[in-house]
Amino acid sequence: MEFEDKNRAPVSQKLHTVARPENPDEIGGLITVQINEKKLSVPMGTTILEACKQAGIHIPTLCHHEDLCIAGVCRVCVVEVEGMKTLQASCAFPITSPVKIKTTSPKVRLARKTVLDLLISEHYGECYSCVRNNNCELQTLAKEYGVDGYPYGHVTEPKYEVDDSTPAIVRDMNKCVNCLRCVRTCIDLQEVGVLGALYRGDKTKIGTFMDSPLNEVVCIYCGQCIDRCPTGALHANDPRDEIWNAIDDPTKHVIIQTAPSPRAAIGEEFGLPAGTSLTGEMNTALRKIGFDRVFDTNFAADLTIMEEGTELLYRLYKKLALGDDSVMLPQFTSCCPGWVKYVEHFYPELENNLSSAKSPQQMFGAVLKTFYAQLAGIDPKDIVTVAVMPCSAKKFECNRPEMNDSGFKDIDYGLTTRELAQMIKEAGIYLPEMPKSEFDDPFGDASGAGLIFGATGGVMEAALRTVLEMVTNEKIENIFENANITPVRGFEGIRYAEIPITKVGKPPELIAKLIPDFEWLKGVTLKVAVAHGTANAKKIVENIKAGGKFSECHFIEIMACPGGCLGGGGQPIPTNEEIRKKRAEAIYAEEQTLNVRKCHENPKIIKIYSEFLTEGPLSEKSHKLLHTHYVNRGKVMLN
Amino acid sequence: MQLVEEIPAYGEIKEIVEKHGADRRNLLPILSDIRKEKKFVSPEAAQVVAHLLGIHPVEVNSVVSFYHFLNDTPKGKYVIRLCKNVSCMLNGKEEIKKEIEKKLGVRAGETTDDKLVTFEEINCFGLCDVGPAMMINEEVYTHVTPQKANELISEILARGK
Amino acid sequence: MKKRNGKIIFSEYTPGSGLKKAFELSRQDILFELKTSQLRGRGGAGFPIATKWMLTAAAKSDEKYLICNADEGEPGTFKDRVLLNEYPELVFEGMVTGGYVIGAKTGILYLRGEYSYLLSQLNDFLEGMRKQNLLGKNILGKGFDFDIHIFLGQGAYVCGEETALIESLEGHRGEARNRPPFPVTTGLFGKPTVVNNVETLATVPHILLKGGEWYARFGTEKSKGTKLVSISGDCENPGVYEVEWGITIRELLELAGAKNLKAVQVGGASGICIDESQFGRKLAYEDLATGGSIIIFNKERNMLDALENFMEFFVEESCGQCTPCRIGNVKLLEAVRQMKDGGIPESGMKKYFDLAETMKLASKCGLGQSSPNPFVSIVKNFREEIFHKTV
Repeated sequence: MEFEDKNRAPVSQKLHTVARPENPDEIGGLITVQINEKKLSVPMGTTILEACKQAGIHIPTLCHHEDLCIAGVCRVCVVEVEGMKTLQASCAFPITSPVKIKTTSPKVRLARKTVLDLLISEHYGECYSCVRNNNCELQTLAKEYGVDGYPYGHVTEPKYEVDDSTPAIVRDMNKCVNCLRCVRTCIDLQEVGVLGALYRGDKTKIGTFMDSPLNEVVCIYCGQCIDRCPTGALHANDPRDEIWNAIDDPTKHVIIQTAPSPRAAIGEEFGLPAGTSLTGEMNTALRKIGFDRVFDTNFAADLTIMEEGTELLYRLYKKLALGDDSVMLPQFTSCCPGWVKYVEHFYPELENNLSSAKSPQQMFGAVLKTFYAQLAGIDPKDIVTVAVMPCSAKKFECNRPEMNDSGFKDIDYGLTTRELAQMIKEAGIYLPEMPKSEFDDPFGDASGAGLIFGATGGVMEAALRTVLEMVTNEKIENIFENANITPVRGFEGIRYAEIPITKVGKPPELIAKLIPDFEWLKGVTLKVAVAHGTANAKKIVENIKAGGKFSECHFIEIMACPGGCLGGGGQPIPTNEEIRKKRAEAIYAEEQTLNVRKCHENPKIIKIYSEFLTEGPLSEKSHKLLHTHYVNRGKVMLN
Repeated sequence: MQLVEEIPAYGEIKEIVEKHGADRRNLLPILSDIRKEKKFVSPEAAQVVAHLLGIHPVEVNSVVSFYHFLNDTPKGKYVIRLCKNVSCMLNGKEEIKKEIEKKLGVRAGETTDDKLVTFEEINCFGLCDVGPAMMINEEVYTHVTPQKANELISEILARGK
Repeated sequence: MKKRNGKIIFSEYTPGSGLKKAFELSRQDILFELKTSQLRGRGGAGFPIATKWMLTAAAKSDEKYLICNADEGEPGTFKDRVLLNEYPELVFEGMVTGGYVIGAKTGILYLRGEYSYLLSQLNDFLEGMRKQNLLGKNILGKGFDFDIHIFLGQGAYVCGEETALIESLEGHRGEARNRPPFPVTTGLFGKPTVVNNVETLATVPHILLKGGEWYARFGTEKSKGTKLVSISGDCENPGVYEVEWGITIRELLELAGAKNLKAVQVGGASGICIDESQFGRKLAYEDLATGGSIIIFNKERNMLDALENFMEFFVEESCGQCTPCRIGNVKLLEAVRQMKDGGIPESGMKKYFDLAETMKLASKCGLGQSSPNPFVSIVKNFREEIFHKTV
């Protein structure tokens, strides 16, 4: 299972408190259940909800989410269990003995309808002015149960101030239904621990420490809570208006860069099944909307690998060849702004383990307002840079005060996949029917390695392809079949791989000034790890601090979101394990069709290092534009 | 940015935590002791506790805000608690409430300006047979009348800080 | 020293005698006596104690717990205060016996924070028991180790619900758990746990001394033995009485010296309110099942005032996690206030009865399942007064 460790949930609320036998058939662990008229056998410990799903019987749910531990609090999924006086929450009821269940009896219908009436009575706002209109679970349930009035009244005034203190996440508790999904996401799934239930009784609300605004607490802005919110209580801070204004301003040259994950998911916003890539269609739509240039973030991902990969080799060189113990290993990836902020808050002592390389988004921003501005002959002050990201933390990242190395704000706006879909709809475009078109030059070509950044393990794979070729002078295809480095792929929370370096070659010219030879690497076993979800990241970091196996790693990729960027907090809702897998399949499938699949072989990368970053990776210029530093934030608040 | 260890009350809070054992299961006794000693569980104290127990500060906050006897803002030196449930209501708690409010110049739930007295109406504390019932800090008073309440408050005010 | 009189709990008792007797018996013998006595949980739910202990005794685990639920928070209930104050030996000996039967080494008395003034005397009492080898290592030389700690609640009515109480003991908000699994298999720290009411445990030593058969001679067909009732409100003699199950409300009112009556609330705030026509009803699991609270209202009282007070209580004391209880109680309270203003005609009550029914059916724990009781019973039994203003 992907997220087995749900230790923080109360014992009774863990997913499968009743131990499921390994061999149910042999020991008779199958139990007969009768649901309405239908009989079936399920393994001991199966919840009623799961059993109903197997029987093809729909049960409405609200607080239930596949990724999370059980809460059983909304009481929408109640069913009648024969012999029990009260109704039972089907999501929370493990079947341990033969039961008869009724899912649509008069009692069940009364209870569900009344529960919905109650939730709606306290749910402030109108559907048509809500970001989740047409994709709201409460709205769907209301329709399903024929809610046609407000028998228990309806709030007409907001009770809580909206928290839009951050550029990333907006919290509007007036729309909250207290399902605790965000709390379980934050505490159990991500283990960041920003959100909790505060107060009690009718005063109960979801809040932060001391009910502070999000910008004053340790929130990493991963936005996983947004992905799991059933209503519009949580959403990203939306910059669409500013972007439209820039597009409409003839003096502005508006550039959009699109990350790999949005293109694999945006189709879901238009009713397509998960896992439909719409790269070419999106390019056309973006031009129709009025963006002056449409660039591929994958180019910047390639650039990131050049810098970050070189940094890794340089760190290894200094430590292993020169014996410089001040060099921190393992090197952590730094393209995930949620992960970076997580380190800054919780493990500032490991800040120097983070690669100093900026994320692709920010590298691109710095390049656009310098190199590209020069090339195109446009004053960088007239350039507006927008980044379409699967992410809410990217909005925060582009607003970090140090991210202005071009002399301007490198990236002006971070836009989520959801928000871009909204802009496309506003422009009257039906995305799936757009003709395909390519990205614009001079950053039109990108490697497949940049594309797979979208999936957990992708950055690692991209880096290994480049680093191993640089070190061994051997085609990666000779080491890993078809250049697919499968040990770092997959959805296991933490993955670990060892790659023995048996032969070394000559360093390529680009880095030869930094690293004269690779002889010192011969016989070394490169140890790498990949983790996704901050709960898994925490395990790795704690293991490193305790001197465990991961402290011997050389390079570790960490993404704050489960599944990596494709499961990011800016992606279409819903997002769950099945959907994440489909998006990953789409990304890896598209990658196979590309000609260039290694960052260093991207002709546009070769060009930028020959024309602009002529001193190579880690040079003074690249340090100024493409690298960054971190802030010791700590976790102490309110002082 | 400050380290948790640099929070001024760190040492004192740590002592309380260690007395009970740094384990989540001891959270309530720890918080109860902190409240007794400090009159409230301050945000700083909550963060120290969270750090030492390996939980998140919001979880401490979540627990503190749940229980009546734990509070994250300071209360007066004296906390007067008057039972507001039905048996004490039948025995005339409303008149006592009015008397206390008049005498202290605060409403139920408030603290006097000099931070000496907090007046609260709370739910049943099991003295329904001898009500109206009232507590001043840990001390219990039964068969309270408006005059008796008045006298008790006079005593407190005279004792002052 | 003890002034109280009663047939069982308030009868003569030599401290230590019940426990000594317990250790003369095997675990099976004790369970047999309890089964014969038909003693049921006195907190209100009425689950047979023998079954509960048997299930926990049968659960395989290296660790088990016995918890005495002294989070007596039901408005109008104070019998446990009297037991803990005046009869601690019965309670603690009951706990040790329970620990012995189920195989627990640790007993916890969850004492509500409001009773903190009893804490030091209870701790002294436990210390005395340890000195007499009635508690601690190798109790009475029988090779059984068991100790009792007192855990002080911090003010939350809902912690009287056993799984909320367990959550509280684990350092969490007092929010009820999903059941199943039940505490008998998955309780405190995930271990098999018995949670018993103070009164239930205090009855055990007497049953062991005199036998389950003797105990079952008291009471009615389905409700054996005696019950402690807490009487308060409009009467001459409020207090705690030990009565046999089957006693009528009218008989109780005579005991309490109550006259000129309009209504009696049976079972505390979460119980039901009956009018004079029902004073012939009996306290019994088969008629008026109750945790033992009797609140008396005379003819001067306005029942909507009482109801408003009850509902305010639940609005505040709901833990707030499940929808029916968190919002439902608020809506019922709003309805009461509207009724007081004459704003709802009787014909407009259906949706509130639907709401009450939903709360009873769909709330996560006993709090929300029982909090509509006073609403439904008062509105139904006093409809003349409420809707036709005869008062």
